[in-house]
Amino acid sequence: MKPFGYVRAASVEEATEAFAAHPGARYLGGGTNLVDLMKLGVERPAVLVDVSRLPLDAVEELDDGSLRVGAAVRNSDLAAHPLVRDRYPALSQALLAGASGQLRNAATTGGNLLQRTRCPYFQDPAKPCNKRQPGQGCGAREGVHRDHAVLGHSEQCIATHPSDMAVALAALDARVELFDEEGARSVPAAEFHRLPGDRPERDTMIRPGELITSVVLPAATAGLPSAYRKARDRASYAFALASVAVVLRVADGRVAHAGIAFGALAHRPWRATRAEEALVGGPATPDAFAHAVGLELAAAQPLRDNGYKVPLARNIAVDVLTRLASAAAS
Amino acid sequence: MGSENDDGAAPGGAPAAPAEQRSATTLRVNAEHHTLDLDHRRVLLDVLREDLDLTGAKKGCDHGQCGACTVLVDGRRVNSCLQLAVALDGCEVTTVEGLLGEGEALHPLQRAFLDRDAFQCGYCTPGQICSAVGVIAEAAAGHPSHVTAPGAPSGRPVPLDRDEIRERLSGNLCRCGAYPRIVDAVEDVEGAAT
Repeated sequence: MKPFGYVRAASVEEATEAFAAHPGARYLGGGTNLVDLMKLGVERPAVLVDVSRLPLDAVEELDDGSLRVGAAVRNSDLAAHPLVRDRYPALSQALLAGASGQLRNAATTGGNLLQRTRCPYFQDPAKPCNKRQPGQGCGAREGVHRDHAVLGHSEQCIATHPSDMAVALAALDARVELFDEEGARSVPAAEFHRLPGDRPERDTMIRPGELITSVVLPAATAGLPSAYRKARDRASYAFALASVAVVLRVADGRVAHAGIAFGALAHRPWRATRAEEALVGGPATPDAFAHAVGLELAAAQPLRDNGYKVPLARNIAVDVLTRLASAAAS
Repeated sequence: MGSENDDGAAPGGAPAAPAEQRSATTLRVNAEHHTLDLDHRRVLLDVLREDLDLTGAKKGCDHGQCGACTVLVDGRRVNSCLQLAVALDGCEVTTVEGLLGEGEALHPLQRAFLDRDAFQCGYCTPGQICSAVGVIAEAAAGHPSHVTAPGAPSGRPVPLDRDEIRERLSGNLCRCGAYPRIVDAVEDVEGAAT
């Protein structure tokens, strides 16, 4: 590992100033991904700006009924928070489906969003990867890509985003709040991550040095039935092969609101807007769910060895939609 | 090795200027203060084993995947191989050595692992035990797991049946496959506590 400097920021302003003052800086949250990438030689920061002790560690209810989650809130605490469990069950379930108890105790809300792909070509500096080294080529496209993207990938990059939490945030219409020297701004969680296109080195829309300060869960989806389902190679402690977060409101047998996002299918949580549009106003039946999800996944372009993801994603999505609808009807 | 003191000194204060690649770091480990001059690259696991001669926590994968390095930081279980020591300045660390009670009495989980013969080679055992200490505390504090029923009441202790224990300890691998006995041992202690 390359030697590096270390600054512990006491405020958001101090953090962004320290980042701006030190070329090659990186923010340090829980470190569960960044420290690993430093050991692997993928990340080589000159300075770490430690933001894990910033006063961003609270979950607070706002006057408009939304819930603001500080970026330094640990994944285990967020999953266990009574308001999250009661109002946004898909978020609690997604967090608990990810990583291990030890990792969730360390990992932060902001860091979870900024974790990098677990593509083995990205994580191994001896292998070609356009995300790690633009222009180098992609080893995965003709290599081992069973875990890779089936939607929205590019010639340059077929990596998937590994977060479970981010999938739930996308389906719940959460927003991500950002801060840098130019001020504060807020973006929909579903638009925070980007597709690779010809800039696969960029995972998100965040500006260099910009800091995630919080995630806001809106009042509009508070208390709506929601759930997260994850398919993986073993029952615990594995990344998703496909996952889905669903927020569903049914009134008089018809779909009044649908928020659907897939994980492990693309370079970002895949908000299934085609499926949602097909569902809203229509009957809340298994046939309608299968039709809508099928419309969304018709855009899939599987690679040589990951075609299994399309029926897997379809089946878990239809199953979760059907369960939520039948729970609403009973 | 850095200097030690047991005078309860405050944490090392503001870290050095960013250009510096070392910082004075204070850790309270198993109830003893240590102020160490640490290269920022050092992770907690290496500091415990190499500087403080606490070799209970083990280096398995060194990437947060096996759990052999699990210790408690401020009472919460974490992978010590992924924790930069400098970032833990002022924190309280408990390793498997620190679980002993009065007169070096074994912790109930240490006793249960012996009684249940919950290991073969023993390499993963310190991590399993520290992790289990965290599991029992988390469940008592009402933290749910992936297998907790979604409708379970918030904020109330979660009973630890075998499925809960297996799920909550999934971050601790045992290549000897002693899992059934490990679950037995944790179940014994959980059962005695409730």
